[in-house]
Amino acid sequence: MSKKTKLTASIGDQTLRLLTLLMAISVLVLMFWMGWQMFQSAGPSIDKFGFGFITGRVWDPVKEQFGALPFIYGTLMTSLLALLIATPIGLGVAIFLNEMAVTKVRMVVAFLVEMLAAIPSVVYGLWGIFILAPWLRETIQPALAKWFGFLPLFQGTPLGFGMLAGGLILAIMILPTIAAISGEVMAAVPNEQREAALALGATKWEMIRIAVLPYAKSGILGGIMLGLGRALGETMAVTMLIGNRPDILPSLFAPAYSMAAVIANEFTEATYDLYLSALVEIGLILFGITLILNVFARLLVWSVARGPKGGIS
Amino acid sequence: MFAKKSKLLTGILAGVLALSLVGCGANPSTPAGQEKAEPVNLTGSGSSFVYPLFNQQIEEYRKSNPHITINYQSTGSGAGIKQVSEQTIDFGATDGPMTEDQQTAAKGGKILHIPLTLGAVAISYNLPNGPKELKIGPAVLADIFLGKITTWNDQRIATENPGVTLPDTKITVAHRSDGSGTTYIFSDYLTAVNPEWSSKVGKGTSLNWPAGIGGKGNAGVAGAITQTPGSIGYLELAYAIQNNLSYATLQNKEGKWVAPSLQSTSAAAAAATIPDDMRVSIVNAPGADAYPIAGFAWALVYQDQKDKAKGTALINFLNWAVTDGQNLSEKLHYAKLPASLVSRVETMLKSVTSQGQPLMK
Repeated sequence: MSKKTKLTASIGDQTLRLLTLLMAISVLVLMFWMGWQMFQSAGPSIDKFGFGFITGRVWDPVKEQFGALPFIYGTLMTSLLALLIATPIGLGVAIFLNEMAVTKVRMVVAFLVEMLAAIPSVVYGLWGIFILAPWLRETIQPALAKWFGFLPLFQGTPLGFGMLAGGLILAIMILPTIAAISGEVMAAVPNEQREAALALGATKWEMIRIAVLPYAKSGILGGIMLGLGRALGETMAVTMLIGNRPDILPSLFAPAYSMAAVIANEFTEATYDLYLSALVEIGLILFGITLILNVFARLLVWSVARGPKGGIS
Repeated sequence: MFAKKSKLLTGILAGVLALSLVGCGANPSTPAGQEKAEPVNLTGSGSSFVYPLFNQQIEEYRKSNPHITINYQSTGSGAGIKQVSEQTIDFGATDGPMTEDQQTAAKGGKILHIPLTLGAVAISYNLPNGPKELKIGPAVLADIFLGKITTWNDQRIATENPGVTLPDTKITVAHRSDGSGTTYIFSDYLTAVNPEWSSKVGKGTSLNWPAGIGGKGNAGVAGAITQTPGSIGYLELAYAIQNNLSYATLQNKEGKWVAPSLQSTSAAAAAATIPDDMRVSIVNAPGADAYPIAGFAWALVYQDQKDKAKGTALINFLNWAVTDGQNLSEKLHYAKLPASLVSRVETMLKSVTSQGQPLMK
């Protein structure tokens, strides 16, 4: 290689390095800029209510009283509910597709699961209003009240619309994310792992438990966290089903409200500055919660990945 | 590859050229009354309630005035008020009048409220095998929405509906979750007729609701009502009619029972005393035929227009919209402005000036 070509190559490398660095920085700048802008716009509300905004339980635009706690509660509860339902099912789907199903079935089912992710959320919402909510009201909620009615979680009038409906629709929506990512990481588990387990006389379930899942666990956790991210920010389908009532009630049958939903609902008609800045502050809190949860998830994935690998080595 | 692209480009250019030539050719054929047909672009935004009507009116008006392009976006009344105050648009539209504070905050001086159309709010309900006609008086309506009357066979509902068998179903209240002019008119009515509502809840585009579940938009509330037996909610009248939902007969200020209709809505506007600035609430209006939950939608226009050409086009359009343009309303389930009001609106439009000169004679 002559000196000249070497030089151009290094110039090319340098340019590429700078260019990609610039792009990486731009993401950071964008994030800080957004956070700062929101902090600025939320100023009047932060000045007026201070920390009381987060602990306040009254949201009254007529009397200019704003508290965000019911929305924070609603967002966290629906997302938690969605995770509790979607994680075992998503994992089950992934295990079945990767370890059990014959190729033809796997291709069809995997395609259908991915289709679920492509459905627009407003369609989920409509389906929820016309099918899920009546079904919950007439079948599921009375049954839950009958068998588990001693728990405050399942008390009250079955309305269909409410926390349960919101959590369920979110579970359906994040299911493909969890299933697809868990499936990918399971597929990346080397076949030698499985063969070794089977050779030791393990049953299929034992093989999955000792050879596949431990190997894939950090990836699976990552998939769950991505699902959680989607659940926290989902707006349209949730607002169509959750009942939109800023209240903290113990029952899953009761209507609730989420942070993203109240912003979408009230932003266009927020007629005075304090109202608008209170909505922006809710956005800021949502931004903060998502950030904290993501950092926490990173740490979790990292610690799991560093721990004993498991599997047969 | 490049040759192909450039061919395509020339094709497009030629097309655009041809179109603009056709456009030029069309201009001289406009009605002789207009001296000059300089193209004018107007932008407006605001109330989503007037959007279907406004859009039709704009299209219809364009047929006889092709040089005027009006772009109206239904962003919600709040956004319309904000943008017109900031002067980022040429006009706004709202279904709740601007407050004193909002008016003083407007950057371009005095804003006029030009009535465009009338809307009514229907009280819709879902009672399986229920009565054909259901009467709900103001006190009962308020207590249902306050969460104090909780079952359909409540004594107070029964006394207003003698001879009607009411089920013991629980009442589920459905309301709008998004900020909306419909909510404003509805809560304006309850505030006017019920002191407890007035002190506890008040009026606004979004409220701290004492009871019930929220649905997004008219469609969300209608969905909640049709899917929940025993539910009751409020909807734009046009929406309730188009979707064949049953709605209640209400008691007006004179004690008469009136069903919502375009006629009873216009009657409310005709009977109400309307001040000269047109900022008026016509809920609980007097008059035997008046439906009690009705309201105006207004265009928001600066009295002093900065741009003469734009101002003239805007005023001419609005003048057409409140006169000939009203003929489009009934087909779209909007109530017509009463004739007595239209002449006053015309006087109001004549007061709009640019550099001291009136824009319409």
